[in-house]
Amino acid sequence: MSVRVLVPSDSTAKSLGADAVAAAVAEAAPALDVRRTGSRGLYWLEPLVEVETAAGRIGFGPLDVQRARTLFAGGAPSAEHPDCLGLVAELPALKAQARLTMTRAGVVEPLSLAQYEAHGGFLGLRRAQSLTAQEIVAAVTESGLRGRGGAAFPTGVKWRTVLQAEGSQKYIVCNADEGDSGTFADRMVMESDPFLLIEGMRIAGLAVGADRGYIYCRAEYPQAIATLDEAIRLAAAAGHLHGFHLQVREGAGAYICGEETSLLESLEGKRGTVRYRPPLPATAGLFGKPTVVNNVISLATVPVILAQGAEHHRSFGVGRSLGTLTVQLAGNVRRGGLFEVPFGVTLRQVVEDLGGGTASGRPIKAVQAGGPLGAYIPPQHFDTPLDYESFQTIDAMIGHGGLVVFDDRADLGTLARYAFEFCAEESCGKCTPCRVGAVRGVEVVDRIRRGERAVDNRILLKDLCRTMIDGSLCGLGGMAPLPVLSVMEHFAEEL
Amino acid sequence: MRMSRASRGDAEAGLAEGPGLAEAVGEILERLRSLEGPLLPILHAVQDRFGFIPADSVPLIAKGLNLSRAEVHGVISFYPLFRTGPPGKRTLYICRAEACQAMGGAVLEAHAKRALGIDYGGTTADGEFTLEPVFCLGNCACSPSVLLNGRLHSRVDPKAFDELIGR
Repeated sequence: MSVRVLVPSDSTAKSLGADAVAAAVAEAAPALDVRRTGSRGLYWLEPLVEVETAAGRIGFGPLDVQRARTLFAGGAPSAEHPDCLGLVAELPALKAQARLTMTRAGVVEPLSLAQYEAHGGFLGLRRAQSLTAQEIVAAVTESGLRGRGGAAFPTGVKWRTVLQAEGSQKYIVCNADEGDSGTFADRMVMESDPFLLIEGMRIAGLAVGADRGYIYCRAEYPQAIATLDEAIRLAAAAGHLHGFHLQVREGAGAYICGEETSLLESLEGKRGTVRYRPPLPATAGLFGKPTVVNNVISLATVPVILAQGAEHHRSFGVGRSLGTLTVQLAGNVRRGGLFEVPFGVTLRQVVEDLGGGTASGRPIKAVQAGGPLGAYIPPQHFDTPLDYESFQTIDAMIGHGGLVVFDDRADLGTLARYAFEFCAEESCGKCTPCRVGAVRGVEVVDRIRRGERAVDNRILLKDLCRTMIDGSLCGLGGMAPLPVLSVMEHFAEEL
Repeated sequence: MRMSRASRGDAEAGLAEGPGLAEAVGEILERLRSLEGPLLPILHAVQDRFGFIPADSVPLIAKGLNLSRAEVHGVISFYPLFRTGPPGKRTLYICRAEACQAMGGAVLEAHAKRALGIDYGGTTADGEFTLEPVFCLGNCACSPSVLLNGRLHSRVDPKAFDELIGR
């Protein structure tokens, strides 16, 4: 049997030349069996080529075409080759992680059902099929899982509400509109382990009595959409959907559609305008029917909870932040990528130890956590543990787990202005404080930066932020002021 | 425009007027009308076909779904990726989000506008490139990111950008 060589096909790996590298390996050593897996998320090593050996997979990366040709000329390189990174599973960057959700990403071929099952796939679904709906909901509740999209609402409580809601038709909606800068965990699941999301949605369907599901994925993720479409087709053909009707729907570039009520409007074929709550989507969601709306990572974590038990999930994390956080390290960072770690590790451990500091080698000036609506955190707060409650104490949020690193050349005043600019661009227009406030925010920031009545305008800016926070229905207007306020507090000389 | 297929070369631009339009839109309506919430899939399909959503297709879509033209127009105008005019042969999206800014995204944006001689939303005089901003391509560990004709590119500095556009 020919030696198996694995080259990632995830969109980041491809953007770094993985397709050409795969072709170069196949050409240099035609006897090898070149397969395309997803990515493990160690993006500084991509394209990371793995070679199967008796001891396990050994890694080489990052490779370009030239290096791949040399390395594979005459067959697969051995573990003794000076460029070998060693056993991939033993890489410190992976050993330091606690992968509960991202167990198969980069390991399996994304669209192989056989490999999915061989690596523990569908165990959670099988367990769920032996339980009552109430028992599934109880397991998810006991696991302590909270919504990984950013709101951190207990998933089990949401599911119980939908289970108890009256209605002949219920829906499972997956929020895959991952629009926050610095985040790509949802994309990784969809591209590298799509059956996991399908399994999670099937379990959710069993738990609340829903036989229809939609995955609302942003148009900016064409490969994720294509992979999911094919995965759904394969899963249905193999009889894994059992009458559960599942479809992918594509967004059209509106950030606000990551807000759950706006997402539902969009799915219904309307402008993505935010809805009043109540009623909650759990009681009157898609087309007015009881609807579970969960983020990709939340749903992708459900199978392991069912398969290994709520206790296992609870054994990770701290306080009320249980399980793992799929941290996405991005921006100006030496080792950028996905790090799944238990809640409670500190920001410093992630950014400095795992991330290795900035890509530029300069000092870190700030880390923006939780996307464009998240605070800029200065180094004096880097010892804060990554858990929902600790982050609240420093007026920051974890959100979807994206951490964007900036070096000392970053102009935080410009970034604060950008927060308003972004909000003005993406506001759905429903709430005046958001629609108008964001535009006025840009103007006030400009005045302060020009030195125009700076003292008065700073007071005005804080007042404007307060109005937006208090007077907006959803998180866009309600949180866009947070990065601005964090800059005013921690980087006062810049705004 | 579906970002995976950002080229007018794929679209049947010549059909955007006349009887071909009605036939094509009719076929799309027939195929997708029975979906729950069919409007966005229909608009995507129309844009995939023509490269943009021709004005003449709006009354056809409205009639087919029993909506007013204003409602359809309202949806088209809400979503940044729906176009109402033809793009250039190649569409170039530059990420403006924070992770890319942390790696020199603003320098890249300014360079791109200068190199192409157009602003966001513009198309070069030779019809070759349309330049669009995008807020995050999910490639944030390898910033700055650019999507050219549906292909993602990492760590794009001005030099790499010039190579991409072949200038």
